[in-house]
Amino acid sequence: MAAIIQVKNVAKSYWRNSLEIPVLHGITLDVEEGEFMALMGPSGSGKTTLLNLIAGIDRPSSGKLSVAGTDIAKLNESALAKWRSANVGFIFQFYNLIPVLTAYENVELPLLLAKLSRAERKKHVENVLNIVGLGDRIYHYPKQLSGGQEQRVAIARAIVTDPAILVADEPTGDLDKNSAQEILTLMGRLNKEFKKTIVMVTHDQHAAERATRLLHLDKGDLSANGKN
Amino acid sequence: MKVLKLIFKNSLRHKLRTSLTILGIAIAVIAFGLLRTVVTIWDSSVDAAGADRLITRQSVSFIFPLPLAYKTKIEAVPGVKAVCSAAWFGGTYIDKSNFFARQAADDNVFDVYPELLLTPKDFDTYKKTRNGCIVGASIAEQFKFKMGDIIVLDGDIFPGRWEFVVCGIYQPKNKNTDGTQMFFHYDYLNEKIKQTSPGRGDQAFWYIVQINDPNKSAQISEQIDAIFKNSTAETKTETERAFTQGFVAASGAIISAMNFMSYAIIGIIMLVLANTMIMSARERTREYAVFKTLGFSALHLTGLILGESMVISCVGGGIGLALLYPIVAGFEQVMPKGFFPFFFIEPITAILAVSSAVLIGFLAAVFPIQRALSTKIVDGFRFVG
Repeated sequence: MAAIIQVKNVAKSYWRNSLEIPVLHGITLDVEEGEFMALMGPSGSGKTTLLNLIAGIDRPSSGKLSVAGTDIAKLNESALAKWRSANVGFIFQFYNLIPVLTAYENVELPLLLAKLSRAERKKHVENVLNIVGLGDRIYHYPKQLSGGQEQRVAIARAIVTDPAILVADEPTGDLDKNSAQEILTLMGRLNKEFKKTIVMVTHDQHAAERATRLLHLDKGDLSANGKN
Repeated sequence: MKVLKLIFKNSLRHKLRTSLTILGIAIAVIAFGLLRTVVTIWDSSVDAAGADRLITRQSVSFIFPLPLAYKTKIEAVPGVKAVCSAAWFGGTYIDKSNFFARQAADDNVFDVYPELLLTPKDFDTYKKTRNGCIVGASIAEQFKFKMGDIIVLDGDIFPGRWEFVVCGIYQPKNKNTDGTQMFFHYDYLNEKIKQTSPGRGDQAFWYIVQINDPNKSAQISEQIDAIFKNSTAETKTETERAFTQGFVAASGAIISAMNFMSYAIIGIIMLVLANTMIMSARERTREYAVFKTLGFSALHLTGLILGESMVISCVGGGIGLALLYPIVAGFEQVMPKGFFPFFFIEPITAILAVSSAVLIGFLAAVFPIQRALSTKIVDGFRFVG
């Protein structure tokens, strides 16, 4: 299979006043289409930074980053925003749903940027909410849902535009064991059934075991690379 | 449509905070409108002055009278169309709080002031009635005066009990024409005062001089004053506008303070709304990061924040404006009668109030927008409010 994500010699540093803080050192990595890759490592190892770079919400200090056939490091902010809306779905640890919007409206948000009719949007939203098993909760507000249900709404929002890539940052980090299992099962289904390429950052060994490939990051370097 | 819905939902996220901010804006608009109404009404008396009218008065002060003999001399000045002798009567009608302007004037006062509309029949009755008077429609309505009624005044400048018969009610031609005046015959005043205080007879407080060409007002004024130079009662002739401005200028400091206050209120409420918007935007830093992540542009975020600010300011402004009219009407009722000859909200006041609300909404959103746009997505997710 072709690599949908190509990371070549990517480095990332942050600046605090005049002090440079290197986070990633020349990372090289290919992720093939349809892969479910888990990134593990201790806090501060650079996992989330690498995820953010792949998702196009941060920029590398150096190196080349090609995702879904686009050299995203070269895109300006506006083009990058459009690229993200079309190619990447995001799943966060704390769900990041908009509290004043219902489950339906939260999932509909990314579709407002697409040229779709109201009826088309409705069809897409109901479809993905059914996929995540929340077809009967569409008019519930986030505060009326459990943590696991909120995360499923977040997953529905991530897949409603049918992106090729899903990035997940500690998707089970704020959930109980049972809810975490449900979310991981759902992500596995999205990978296998819907052929989504998933890059997941996790501290949880059980979560990482659901991935088809496991990478370890330590102090900004890939220290292990293997298949589950 | 969805974005508008989100704007409204965001506006109502903290109902108490939003309600208090809206209430604050509404009160500010009311206060602004009320103060501006007082200021504009004060100034409008100057605007209502006729361009073709001059006022000749004693050079020291208008409280000192001029000899009645001056009238014919002024009439002889080239360019003068008519001269009307006038005297401020003062006095009390039943109670001191029942204030309205009472003046003795020559009968041609209604020619000199064509904006005071009187029927020929009423004017004819007035001319035939020695102690007749004409009252403005506003005070006629206020005190229920009707034709034939006797108005009894207790004199102060001209002591004694004075009885006048209502012979007519004049209608103000324009909205800013004073409808609260009472006129009676100067000759009647002069006759009576000569009986009680002979030394005060044949005197006028000022002359209203109607001229043919308003462009020659300065030249005619100079000519009139030149006639009485080095006399015992030198004159000062000026346009009616300048004469009225002299009254207004006496209250200039208060008016300036009110003007300043009206704009200071707008400034204060702008800071209040800005504070609300900054708090809202700060609380939503993570949400803005989510919006950016999902692909929403800077324009979308600007619309969301600006929209919310405008919703709050416009709702507050709208409520304030809606309440302003009944409040001004109520204010007019509780004010001493006749304190202002007319009291209404000028269209410019309403426009200024609404514009201020819109401007407040716009300016209050500037800093939150700048902050939301300049915060990087990754920093937004790290933000702990």
